[in-house]
Amino acid sequence: MATSTATKIEAPPVDPARKKIQRKHAWTARGLLMPAFIFLLVLTQIPFLFTIGFSMMNWNLLYPAERGFTGLDNYKAALTSGALWPSIVATVLITAFSVVLSLLFGLLFAVLLDRNLPGRAIARTLVITPFLIMPAAASLIWKYSMFDTNIGMLNWAFDLVGLPKVSWSTEHPMATVVIVLTWMFTPFMMLILLAGLQGQSKETLEAAQVDGAGAWRTFTWITLPHLRMYVEIGTLLGSVIILQVFDPIAILTKGTGGTKTLAYLLYERAFIGLNVGEAAAYGVVTVILTIIVATIALKTTFKVFMAGGSR
Amino acid sequence: MSTTVKNSVINVLTWLLVLVFFFPVFWMFLNGFKPESLASSIHPKLFFTPTLNGYQVALDRGMAAYLQNSFMASIAATIGCVVLAIPAAYALSLRPIKNVEGSLSFFISTRFMPVAAIVLPIYMILKNLGGLDNIWVLAAVYMSINLAITVWMMRSFFLEVPFEIVEAARVDGAGLFREIVRVVLPIVLPGVAAAALICFIFSWNEYFLATLLTSNVARTTPPFLGSFVDGRGQFLAVLSAAATLAVLPVIVAGWIAQKQLVRGLSMGAVK
Repeated sequence: MATSTATKIEAPPVDPARKKIQRKHAWTARGLLMPAFIFLLVLTQIPFLFTIGFSMMNWNLLYPAERGFTGLDNYKAALTSGALWPSIVATVLITAFSVVLSLLFGLLFAVLLDRNLPGRAIARTLVITPFLIMPAAASLIWKYSMFDTNIGMLNWAFDLVGLPKVSWSTEHPMATVVIVLTWMFTPFMMLILLAGLQGQSKETLEAAQVDGAGAWRTFTWITLPHLRMYVEIGTLLGSVIILQVFDPIAILTKGTGGTKTLAYLLYERAFIGLNVGEAAAYGVVTVILTIIVATIALKTTFKVFMAGGSR
Repeated sequence: MSTTVKNSVINVLTWLLVLVFFFPVFWMFLNGFKPESLASSIHPKLFFTPTLNGYQVALDRGMAAYLQNSFMASIAATIGCVVLAIPAAYALSLRPIKNVEGSLSFFISTRFMPVAAIVLPIYMILKNLGGLDNIWVLAAVYMSINLAITVWMMRSFFLEVPFEIVEAARVDGAGLFREIVRVVLPIVLPGVAAAALICFIFSWNEYFLATLLTSNVARTTPPFLGSFVDGRGQFLAVLSAAATLAVLPVIVAGWIAQKQLVRGLSMGAVK
């Protein structure tokens, strides 16, 4: 840990002059951290407290006069109106499918691009591109030039092999969203898993080969266990980001067909329904859901973060 | 089957898979240069006489102004992030405060805080203060989203600075400012650059807050692209051209930062 290194250097204690310097250093360090700390406190933590406050208010922008404290009524309304539960299900399903699929494709690409492929650098560059592309642009391109019933390339390909045309965003809204998210997050997973593959000890792999383990057995017995922590990091970060997903929903399905995620529901209630109180309650639910999902993954991964970051 | 043949088969299959995966991007790029009738045709064409018509229409719709707003918001957010993150990362690595773990947890918690949890008060406060539709306000909000990831990433680079060098500077009596600017920064510059690029990428691509917090004056590129959703008639060539313009800066930035990308995305956990 970094702290121990520092204390070692400023070791000889009890000397008052030294102690004074030490205390001065401690204050300097705190002073350096403060601007970032305060900035984040003001722009993220305090607004969240406000959100909790809003969620306990009867506050509809259409009826400003009726504004007032209502306790947990918004949460009760959210539970009984039948909007909340399907939205939680949609959020969790979209996140789970997208994370698992992008992990699988990411692993496939990581393994293939870890090999000695001609033009490997170019291939890697091409594969990371979908993650860099603006999600709004990616969703639009998929919507109109891939999924479109008439001119979409997917249906063109289906037609080539004699399959019937599919109206993706209306017939399979969930699949539409998951496909685009998987496409966007596969590079993310690939990068993390590729770093894992490259950190694998060559000796172990050679030893396995000498012992006569086949490629498949080496992969399942040595490589996969080694990749475990990378899979965990990918799962944690991927889930936390995809849980908040908004852009592909807004552009591909507008929340129809069981794809109304919490972020989209909040947007709809607050900015179309103008019900600030109820929308704030969805915001709080989003945080709770994120904490649940993150703690499940974080338990194991925070250790990894700390180990990876320490001196 | 001999190993060489097997290897070549896998190589060919890999490249095939890579090209299929990249195809939507390639297709977007190609469609941007097609005349509208060809782009929206049910018979896709690979070869055609390229035209800049799509780009012309996109620019005629005022896209340059949206791109400019995007640049202003993203660059301001990036500079702000770097300026706040360098001292913070330093205080979490080379001159560590007492509770490093606690501070790191705080930063990571703000990164994991869903935008949904903070957007309503921010919107309401800005609306009351007249801060909506202001590009600098949007930049400040983007800073708050990206600051944590920048701090974490920079810290992981700062930790790699050989401590002997820092110690030598301190023995020589270099002040704090000198120590950071003259000694530490030159060593971690690639890391700072990578963190800045990641901050830029996330700011540039942001859609949700841009849609809600801006309208006419400060509108950025993502919501402008989003306005194509309800388009009528044929517009695929224009959309593709506009999308190409919109993604180009970030693709270039990402390709440059490729080697450091994984470190930034995993907040320094994976190198």
